[in-house]
Amino acid sequence: MSIEIKNISKNFGGTCALDRVTLSLGDNKIYGLLGNNGAGKSTLLSILTNRLYPGGGSVTVDGQPVANNDQALGKIFLVSEKNMFPDDMRVKSALDAVAHFYPAFDRAYAEKLADKFRLDTKQKIKALSTGYGSIFRLILGLSVNTPYLLFDEPVLGLDARHRDMFYRTLMEKYTEKPCTVLISTHLIAEAAELIEHAVIIRNGRILRDCPGEELLSGAYAVSGPSALVDSYIEGKRVLSINTVGGLKTAALQGERDALPAGLEVSRINLQDYFISLMEEEDKK
Amino acid sequence: MNFQDERPIFLQLAEQLEEGILSGAYPEEGRVPSITEYSVAYKINPATALKGVNLLVDAGLLYKKRGLGMFVAAGARETLVSQRRAHFYGEYIEKLVREAKNLGLTAAELITMIKRGFSDVD
Repeated sequence: MSIEIKNISKNFGGTCALDRVTLSLGDNKIYGLLGNNGAGKSTLLSILTNRLYPGGGSVTVDGQPVANNDQALGKIFLVSEKNMFPDDMRVKSALDAVAHFYPAFDRAYAEKLADKFRLDTKQKIKALSTGYGSIFRLILGLSVNTPYLLFDEPVLGLDARHRDMFYRTLMEKYTEKPCTVLISTHLIAEAAELIEHAVIIRNGRILRDCPGEELLSGAYAVSGPSALVDSYIEGKRVLSINTVGGLKTAALQGERDALPAGLEVSRINLQDYFISLMEEEDKK
Repeated sequence: MNFQDERPIFLQLAEQLEEGILSGAYPEEGRVPSITEYSVAYKINPATALKGVNLLVDAGLLYKKRGLGMFVAAGARETLVSQRRAHFYGEYIEKLVREAKNLGLTAAELITMIKRGFSDVD
């Protein structure tokens, strides 16, 4: 049971947005699709949900192709920035519509969340603020109970408190009713600890596709006096280097040697790793 | 939970549980927070929380009651105390003495300070 993406390519005019992307999503894991703006994240999600046709390649859900296949598409729900409802529809009617198309939609839970986030369901969708527009769509995603749930930049436009509430609600929902979740975001630090499997995309190509833990297991940072750092990193795979005055910090990947006195080692988090990887790629 | 800490989150979570058992915040035969509670409270993947909790299960400090959750095993506190005593020299004394030597403190001065610590610290 999985979404299988095979060799998906997409060009817009002369620009290559996706270049032979192959990816598998399943096992009720939380995936992070991480990339800078313009990396191809939204294009990929649009193809997964049949909102865009790929130039080449295929997408299947539990073995069925998604292209113009309502049964396959009914298993995926995409929360994106776009509002898919008529502007003058009220929130309540939109909930009715979703209940009609997605039989497993939990109406009572959606109402409960609306209450928790103080979303007025009598309001017209077009009258919602940017933040509440996002909250409305997040609530649909959290209540829809499809086996695959995709979030495209879920917290854009939300204030700090609502972001926090969203992440906690997602974890609560996920631990109680596990499903395969994909969070596409360029806000990596916030989502880092929620993610079990990281997919890093850059210029339409997948750079990394592995468990978050594995990604970071060989990565570490060493800091100390420049000369000491320089001799330690010789012959090692260096992701990035930062120098402040006479102090140098190098992000490295690979086996660690015994650390000489005067150097300190620290853990690299997902965001640091991501930034270092992007810097390394820029140099190529 | 301190995400700046060098150690992985699951180890920090395991350590926090141990501290809770040692301090009596989680008494023996008492329930500890569930995986859901941990993932919601710390905004971490439940697999990470499970990994941390399982370290204590494997060590015999926690056990699972079907449908009820995770509980502190009888004797868990004593096990932790003896484990920590066994590691005390390596974890604390060696570091303390190394730093004292770096600062040019003598053994006698250090002993005086330790005695002072014993009367000052609750």
